Amino acid sequence: MSAADLYWMAGAALTGLGVYGLIASPHPLRKLLGLNLLGSGIFLLFGVIARRGAGAGLSGDPVPQALVITAIVVAFSATAIAIALLLRLHAEEGSASLEDAEQPPRDDGA
Amino acid sequence: MMALQPIAAADPTAGGSLLVLGIVLPAVAIVALFVLGGRWGPRAAALMLGVQVLIALRVLFLVGETGQPLVYVVGGWTPPLGIALRADGISAVMMLTASLIAAAAAGFAWRDYGPQAEGKERRAPLVFLSALLAIGAALNLLFTSADLFNLYVGLELLTFAAIPIVSLKGSAETLRAALRYLLFAVFGSMLYLLGIVLIYGAYGTLDIAMLAARIRPDGVTLLAAGLATAGLLAKTALFPFHLWLPPAHAGAPAAGSAVLSALVVKGSLFLIVRLWFDALPAIREPAAMQLLASLGAAAVILGSLSALRQARLKLLVAYSTVAQIGYMFFVFTLVPAAPAETWIAATAWTGGWMQVVAHAFAKAAMFMAAGMVAEALGHDRIDDLAGLAKKLPLVALTFAVSGLSLMGIPPSGGFSAKWMLLMAALGQGHWFWALVIIAGGVLAGAYVFRVLGRMMAEPPQNLAARPVSGGQQGVALALALVSVVLGLLPLEPAAVLLIGRGP
Repeated sequence: MSAADLYWMAGAALTGLGVYGLIASPHPLRKLLGLNLLGSGIFLLFGVIARRGAGAGLSGDPVPQALVITAIVVAFSATAIAIALLLRLHAEEGSASLEDAEQPPRDDGA
Repeated sequence: MMALQPIAAADPTAGGSLLVLGIVLPAVAIVALFVLGGRWGPRAAALMLGVQVLIALRVLFLVGETGQPLVYVVGGWTPPLGIALRADGISAVMMLTASLIAAAAAGFAWRDYGPQAEGKERRAPLVFLSALLAIGAALNLLFTSADLFNLYVGLELLTFAAIPIVSLKGSAETLRAALRYLLFAVFGSMLYLLGIVLIYGAYGTLDIAMLAARIRPDGVTLLAAGLATAGLLAKTALFPFHLWLPPAHAGAPAAGSAVLSALVVKGSLFLIVRLWFDALPAIREPAAMQLLASLGAAAVILGSLSALRQARLKLLVAYSTVAQIGYMFFVFTLVPAAPAETWIAATAWTGGWMQVVAHAFAKAAMFMAAGMVAEALGHDRIDDLAGLAKKLPLVALTFAVSGLSLMGIPPSGGFSAKWMLLMAALGQGHWFWALVIIAGGVLAGAYVFRVLGRMMAEPPQNLAARPVSGGQQGVALALALVSVVLGLLPLEPAAVLLIGRGP
């Protein structure tokens, strides 16, 4: 089992854990952490593919490395927006939960 | 058939720089919005939205006149190392639709989110307008990218720009809806990213035209295509991934809902079509396409039935979006793979895109009408709408005219779209999709007439209604009339939609 095998197996495990956490946890912060794990698993896979594509004196294919940097920034921005929404929700309601309140929501205008 | 022509080495066309302007100018406008502040910022934003319409018109004119797609090679580096922007027929049509509806939404929201005279500067107008501009830039990026990763970037930009609109009102319900939307959308993007990682690993390129030549139906490709499609279906809110859409679209302000339903869900839909018809044509198996169309059929029927059961007008319109999105997925199975049947393929293709465009205009108008109803009466309960047609006749007219397109009654864009899809379905003996199209039209009629019937009923006592600005009524009615005028186009395949596609 080579080093690359170890990395893609870790990536697959992280992806699985992330999807499980996203779907099964009721608390939104845990869902967010699951989403981040999912992202980390995918980024590891990028790294494995970069290593596989090494050639012409380079130790890794530069294209996936560029792609993964963009993807990391995107995942970071998504996490930032989600945390901002969570903080605001907590400020509005006192607890952050995705369960709707018992009474139907009022709509008071455009 | 209908494969893309690959981008040859260094052949940018005249006017290709318009594509870059369409993406960069809104970003400049967002910066200007923050620099200029509450009085002059919105005016600069409105100017830029007008410029976007002009750019889209020019792009459509150039594409239609030359019969060739516009190409721009960024930085002079040709694919696969560099990125190219490519506007073919469907890109140009969608760019025009998006810019017109975004401009109309800004016009509708001008009273609430326009220039502020004096006093403490409010944040909501600046947030709304910068989100609108960002949606415009993201959609232009999505419609013109020729590279799968560039499409991912555009997709994420679109999601992040749409989230603030969902939670603009700031109440706990809208914050929850925005959070749910964000989780669904980012999960979808992650699945799409996983798919394109696998595709890169298998083929060494993400350029769409190059992939079309190299794709083989092996295990990795099928897995990648499945993952990417599943992720994009979650963002397009196709059944059964539609759960986030009704609360998100119903809780946003009226102009925001118009843009969300008309434009944001169409971005990921465009991406699915690009993926399957242009990047993966070699693995477009009938069984997989029928799965997509079956989910579309379920969306049409179940979405329409859910719309019938709603108590609130905005939720009814949101479920109607869920249903109408289903129609757009019939194009996957109605465009045959065989190269000989070009007339049926062109008809189905035109029908699908006409549905996208007509629904965009009609749904935007309908959400604006629902917003005016809620503002006038203080609520949007359907059972208590009696007397609205007397008080606000133009609003009721807008609702009725946009309902024409959703039901598929001639003349309207919706009728042309459903007619062409029906012709394509019956021409190939697909009677099941024909039945679903007809049933969807009947159910749409049921929920539209339910609302119109309540609106035209006699009120119990003198109805108290706040006044609604004439400008808002005019904008909404204009959008609804556009969806009707689309029905006056010839009922045959449109040549402009086929520009840039191979023989």
